[in-house]
Amino acid sequence: MKNLLNMLKVNGMLGNSEAAKYEKKVMVLDFVTPTPLGNSWGLGGTCVNVGCIPKKLMHQAALLGQALEDSRKFGWQFTEEVKHNWMTMTESVQNYIGSLNWGYRVALREKKVTYENAYGEFVGPHTVKATNKRGVEKLYTAERFLIATGERPRYLGIPGDKEYCISSDDLFSLPYCPGKTLVVGASYVALECAGFLAGLGLDVTVMVRSILLRGFDQDIANKIGEYMEGHGINFIREFVPIKVEQIEEGTPGRLKVIAKSTKGNQIIEGEYNTVLLAIGRDSCTRKIGLDKVGVQINEKTGKIPVNDEEQTNVPYIYAVGDILQDKLELTPVAIQAGRLLVQRLYAGATSKCDYVNVPTTVFTPLEYGACGYSEETAVEKFGEENIEVYHSHFWPLEWTVPSRDNNKCYAKIICNIQDNERVIGFHVLGPNAGEVTQGFAAAIKCGMTKEQLDSTIGIHPVCAEVCV
Amino acid sequence: PVLLLEPVPQNPGPQNEYDLLVIGGGSGGLACAKEAAQFGRKVAVLDYVEPSPQGTKWGLGGTCVNVGCIPKKLMHQAALLGSALKDAQHYGWNIAQPVHHTWSLMAQAVQNYVKSLNWGHRVQLQDKKVKYFNMKGSFSDPYTIRGLTKAGKEVSCCVISAILPVCSQIAGALEYGITSDDLFWLKKSPGKTLVVGASYVSLECAGFLTGIGLDTTVMMRSIPLRGFDQQMASLVTEHMESYGTKFLKRCFPTKVEKLESNRLQVTWKNTDLGTEETDSFDTVMWAVGRAPDTEALNLEAVGVKTNSETGKIVVDASEATSVPHIYAIGDITEGRPELTPTAIAAGKLLAQRLFGQSSELMDYDNVPTTVFTPLEYGCVGLSEEMAVRCYGSDNIEVYHAYYKPLEFTVAERDATQCYMKVVCLREREQRILGLHFIGPNAGEVIQGFALGIKCGATYPQLMKTIGIHPTCAEEITKLHITKRSGLDATVTGC
Repeated sequence: MKNLLNMLKVNGMLGNSEAAKYEKKVMVLDFVTPTPLGNSWGLGGTCVNVGCIPKKLMHQAALLGQALEDSRKFGWQFTEEVKHNWMTMTESVQNYIGSLNWGYRVALREKKVTYENAYGEFVGPHTVKATNKRGVEKLYTAERFLIATGERPRYLGIPGDKEYCISSDDLFSLPYCPGKTLVVGASYVALECAGFLAGLGLDVTVMVRSILLRGFDQDIANKIGEYMEGHGINFIREFVPIKVEQIEEGTPGRLKVIAKSTKGNQIIEGEYNTVLLAIGRDSCTRKIGLDKVGVQINEKTGKIPVNDEEQTNVPYIYAVGDILQDKLELTPVAIQAGRLLVQRLYAGATSKCDYVNVPTTVFTPLEYGACGYSEETAVEKFGEENIEVYHSHFWPLEWTVPSRDNNKCYAKIICNIQDNERVIGFHVLGPNAGEVTQGFAAAIKCGMTKEQLDSTIGIHPVCAEVCV
Repeated sequence: PVLLLEPVPQNPGPQNEYDLLVIGGGSGGLACAKEAAQFGRKVAVLDYVEPSPQGTKWGLGGTCVNVGCIPKKLMHQAALLGSALKDAQHYGWNIAQPVHHTWSLMAQAVQNYVKSLNWGHRVQLQDKKVKYFNMKGSFSDPYTIRGLTKAGKEVSCCVISAILPVCSQIAGALEYGITSDDLFWLKKSPGKTLVVGASYVSLECAGFLTGIGLDTTVMMRSIPLRGFDQQMASLVTEHMESYGTKFLKRCFPTKVEKLESNRLQVTWKNTDLGTEETDSFDTVMWAVGRAPDTEALNLEAVGVKTNSETGKIVVDASEATSVPHIYAIGDITEGRPELTPTAIAAGKLLAQRLFGQSSELMDYDNVPTTVFTPLEYGCVGLSEEMAVRCYGSDNIEVYHAYYKPLEFTVAERDATQCYMKVVCLREREQRILGLHFIGPNAGEVIQGFALGIKCGATYPQLMKTIGIHPTCAEEITKLHITKRSGLDATVTGC
């Protein structure tokens, strides 16, 4: 069956009912290949189902655990023993996600976007084959295509990894408490998950091959690691797992992990209920028939290079999101890029997505918000003598009464001396870092200088005022 | 609350003891004193707290530290933690009921922290070689302050307390009521409380009292949060009502009497219904405004002009009063925002101008602030009504949105009043005139945007900024529904 469509989104996500606004015939193909352990989910992509949303909710659950302890110092009285129930939390989180999946289906329907739960792959010019769960195939043609297939967690390639280990794709809907957990990796996914699991009262170990949060400001990355260690999370540095064995089946079961040092021949063993792999994500670009239509990809990384209008080397095929080469893997970036792309294609707009100074936040137990250059990248680009770094530790007022974590929070601003002390990097480590950072990102977009920062009055008493 | 003296070099009299005498050891005074000391000047700070009618007093640091921002935010935090306890159960934490709050535990913790700040300030002054006198006094001539210690001895310098809560004049008000000066230092729970007033002090206090489980009522004569954006003010009070605070709107008290049980019987007039009503409370707190205590200073004697209506000291853009060597900063000055950070900034800049060759004046425009009610309200710039007044409704565009913080979803919390709006000029570059946000952590959200506004942020620049996900603040960068369009402004999606 052939349908002529204006635009077809292959394995797509939210934010693209934009095209339908301009009365174009749009179809979205979305399909989730089950995880090695058989997990799958509904419409909405990574962010909604196995990323930002459940992550932030579980992070919130962990923060509430801390709030419970703080509240005693503020006069609240209740039983000493407070335990966390994984199933109660997970069910609530999954129910909310379910409502989002449903909401997207309704929104697509209202905007008259055709949605099919089918795996899309190119079979020839302007033609895509869609295969649903039951193996039924259909062919569709369209004037233009948008690839937004995203990524999936990478596995280690060692014995036992796919059989016994879980990934973030499994964690947020795990139907039992993970128990004593080993998190393998040093990405923000690894640290955020390790962080909230520990906050819920679980025994957590993080196994790190080399550095933490590669690509992020390393000074801050180390502070994050220190904070997590100070709060009971074990770190095993400079080791990689080489084998995972099952000692006992169960929910959770018991696993033995054998790891080797990256610096020598030392071998260590450990027993855990759950092993969570968070060593990176791979683009879903290798099995969607890109070779059939001549779309170039980076063979090594699988990422798709695009021009500044999100166009691949094939003029009628575009791409957005995590699969893009040299772009940030963030939901808001994907949404913005997608929306502006459609406005350019169908509404005569000319605005391109501005990928510079995109703010982000790592939701570790001590949150980290950043916008612009890290200190090391600034030094590399501008030279140490041309940048000035202003910094300060601070103690959130709310932590004084419970007497915790004095001098752990930190803020730093990096300025370009040669350009009127323009602020080129903003970093804050502390509670509500995302809320704090957002406004500063807007100010950086306005080209703020140190002088303007100094002349802005603080709001008192809040954490953010330490930055002005 | 500060008055400062600076010696005029041509003064033929005896050598002045100090280069700078700061009267009032609050946010502004201490900031100015410490800054001046950095320039190697001889500085003295005089600070004295006249006990409240109920007998409450406190140490060095001024209103903010002792009976303002600091204890307020800590008690607000205690109330927020009460909500967190309820949320936590939805997130899987098993907390056995009952959960209850003990005032004395909280008060002691807060008071101890405040005392540590008093101590910290004294140490800082010492470190910076600023002399500190705990005494009160008045001007005896333009260059001399007569000081009175607690024992009534005369010394050559003095102090004033600048701005105090106003008490109602009705029968029983002074005798039986308390103010914010007393609330934070109460050793025992205030119990069932009536807060009279519609200021942010009233709403913030009523808010946290409700949050820690006390039966709380707010009595307002007319509108809430006068001077603030009224749409936002309504949302704030609406939320408080659904949160459990009772409101007596368009009512004013006529008398307060003490009952045999030691409770207080309050009688009031309901101007809407024209009726007189009555009820009993454990505590009545007046939050009907604050006024300067400039009489005690004897300003008239030295010719410092004050505003006849407000009693506040009149100053120019450089914080100078009508007497050349006397300056004033902080809440006591006419026409300035009554905020700690502005007093601190003004104090520092003043010291830099007097002693450090600077000529930078304080910029009082676009000062951000936050009202720490149970659902917080942060804002910077013009209110919508002020923007309409200044530019005309045809020349401004208001983008707005109702949103739901992600954390409220699992917690099953009502987000009806979570709302934000940006007020922009309509023409050309669409400069942002004002930004208003109601929601959790409003202060944290607004701070960075205030900076943007200082840089002349425009609506297109806001739209170009990518959001951080998932946060509440990101919704500001996605505002696109105008009030003018009449479209539904509820944010949907993740």
